[in-house]
Amino acid sequence: MLKTRTTMARSALAVVAALAFSTNSALAEGDHIVIKRNTWSFGAMFGQYDKNQLQRGFQVYRDVCSSCHGLNRIAFRNLAQPGGPEFPEAAVKALAKEYEVKQPPNDDGEVVLGPAKLSDYFPPLYENENAARATHNGALPPDLSLIAKARSVAYSGSWYAHPYSMVKDILSSYQEGGADYLVALLSGYSTPTAYVRDDKGHLKPAGDKTGDGVVQCISVVHGEHGKPDVCNKLAEGMNYNKSFVGHQIAMANPFDGHEPDSPRVIYQDGTKPTIENYAKDVAAFLSWASDPSLNGRKQTGWLVLVYLLITSVLLYVAKRRIWSGVKH
Amino acid sequence: MQGHEDTYKPNGAFGKWMDERLPIMRLLHGQVVDFPTPRNLNYLWTFGGILTFCLVAQIVTGIVLAMHYVPSADAAFDSVQHIKRDVNYGWLMQSLHAVGASMFFVAVYIHIFRGLYYGSYKAPREVLWILGVFIFLAMMATGFLGYTLPWGQMSFWGVTVITNLFSSVDEVIPGLGTLIVTWLWGGYSVGGATLNRFYSLHYLLPFVIFGLVALHIWALHVTGQNNPTGLEVKSKSDTVPMSPFAVTKDLFALAVFLILYAWFVFFAPDYLGHADNYIPANPLVTPAHIVPEWYFLPFYAILRAIPSKLGGVIAMFSAVAILAFVPWLDWSRTRSAKYRPMFKWFFWLFAFTCLALGYLGAMPAEGSYVTWSRIFTAYYFMFFILVLPIIGLIETPSPTPNSISEAVLGGDHGGGGHASSDAAVAEPEKR
Repeated sequence: MLKTRTTMARSALAVVAALAFSTNSALAEGDHIVIKRNTWSFGAMFGQYDKNQLQRGFQVYRDVCSSCHGLNRIAFRNLAQPGGPEFPEAAVKALAKEYEVKQPPNDDGEVVLGPAKLSDYFPPLYENENAARATHNGALPPDLSLIAKARSVAYSGSWYAHPYSMVKDILSSYQEGGADYLVALLSGYSTPTAYVRDDKGHLKPAGDKTGDGVVQCISVVHGEHGKPDVCNKLAEGMNYNKSFVGHQIAMANPFDGHEPDSPRVIYQDGTKPTIENYAKDVAAFLSWASDPSLNGRKQTGWLVLVYLLITSVLLYVAKRRIWSGVKH
Repeated sequence: MQGHEDTYKPNGAFGKWMDERLPIMRLLHGQVVDFPTPRNLNYLWTFGGILTFCLVAQIVTGIVLAMHYVPSADAAFDSVQHIKRDVNYGWLMQSLHAVGASMFFVAVYIHIFRGLYYGSYKAPREVLWILGVFIFLAMMATGFLGYTLPWGQMSFWGVTVITNLFSSVDEVIPGLGTLIVTWLWGGYSVGGATLNRFYSLHYLLPFVIFGLVALHIWALHVTGQNNPTGLEVKSKSDTVPMSPFAVTKDLFALAVFLILYAWFVFFAPDYLGHADNYIPANPLVTPAHIVPEWYFLPFYAILRAIPSKLGGVIAMFSAVAILAFVPWLDWSRTRSAKYRPMFKWFFWLFAFTCLALGYLGAMPAEGSYVTWSRIFTAYYFMFFILVLPIIGLIETPSPTPNSISEAVLGGDHGGGGHASSDAAVAEPEKR
């Protein structure tokens, strides 16, 4: 029964989605960003973090992201606590020692740097925002502690399918928009689409054509009233990313230079070193960083729900019995 | 419903001693045990109890959060993260409070629409209704103030947009609007002083709501509850004592409501919020879309539907204020929409309008969204100004039963058995 209902709802959604797609195709090319939804171990109602994935994700963060992005809200102790990557405490202690943090003022009143302890937080990478911008061509690499919660996937369907989509997301407790966005972003680096201009001034995808007249555009604005189409070119120092709003992003492809035979990050546990896996693992790690209480929250949640369901049934039975002699 | 039977018997010597000095137990017994409730109340009547629970839950979780929260522009955002990460069960308290605000509004909207549908605002319940409108206003203020406290991007920009609305008063009295805005901000821009005063008021207002709720319940216990037939209680057979009848029903409904509440708290705590509020407030970066919390969206749509700033502000506040006049705008002599075949249609169209405005409030103010916002805003006000009085005059209500008992039991179990249903109509107003 339930299954047929979901299938029906799905086919209804598919029809609606198809309609939505047909209306949206009239929009300017390249403006339509569809963020794919991934399956996450910590998604849905029973979801829990996969500590191996979080460990790999931390490795990706450390080897790749941490050269520009801080993780200021995470203390070293968090890496060993239950419901996280759960690294052995000794390993985390050793890791902390590799970082230098400001120590409490010494007897002479000087603040000196020293090895970090479990209770210390990941040290900030920059003195201040200006220092960060100065080293990154004016761009500010955001701290990643909350990035998975601070990003989401905007609904891109039609208005009439929106209520269904909302109900579906509530019932499936979809909260992984930030992680999905991060995967799409990290694996979204490519080259801008090549276009050629036809005699009416319209830009058409160039396909395999190369040479004169082929232009690369991050987006195309259709010229109205017979005016030629406008090609938005990638700005100097920016990078093309198909999942980023506007398609140009200051962050360079973090996995640049990754080759199957010389991987950017070498996993210890035999997981395939692909960009897709890097993106998923680091997105999972950052989801934990932004929501470290998820495991406990969902476990408690089930106890609470079962308790409330039983209470509701008992109260309903009581109510029925009390009202049984009273017409109402 | 005063002067109903008093079955209170003090328990033991202390009970008797107390009853002769401060008969508080007798008072409570009379109000929550003996109090006669119409026997035909449906589950929509359980939301009063649910709302009382919501208020208490918000106050309790709020007090706990206040023990850890730091109301300063530099530390507020971090302190909320501290609560969620380091305080024992802080994630639970924060989630209960944030989701609880949404649940409070879910319940209050159902409660208000129930009142509109069954004519619960009509004589003699006008004061009861108006107190409800005041509670709603105070809730909106509290919700808005509370949303600023995490001091994220949406908090900051939400405050900036909404407080700036008052500058439109400059169009009437030059300088006054700016003065009000400066006064609200405690400075010349939204900043730490704004956060501090908003925190202070956010802590104060729930107790104002508490007082208003006490008056609301008092007024309810004077007039007695309305019911789905809209008929006044005529005889004892029309009612059942509140305990155990209404109490068990309310408790069951509350438990079901808590399942919904728990669902969001434990499995989708961020669904009702906005991702941008996980970015610390930054006066130099404006979010792409500034949207208020979902429960303000219909009013936000009305604000943006009006082309003039001052007009929009007036329309938005009128949209709430007009509720207070409903008892005198509705000229129908039949209370419940159950017996109002024409009104029913307009009522559901109004309910749809509110949902549509909510949707439009979340969309960017451009193109057809604006057009539709205007159409629905027009109907929103037309419902109150035209539909309520005119339908009341031209509609022929369907026949009402003689009494609640007759409606429930059928036949001639009617209370008084009068041919004309004089209690089926609201007290004729002395116009």
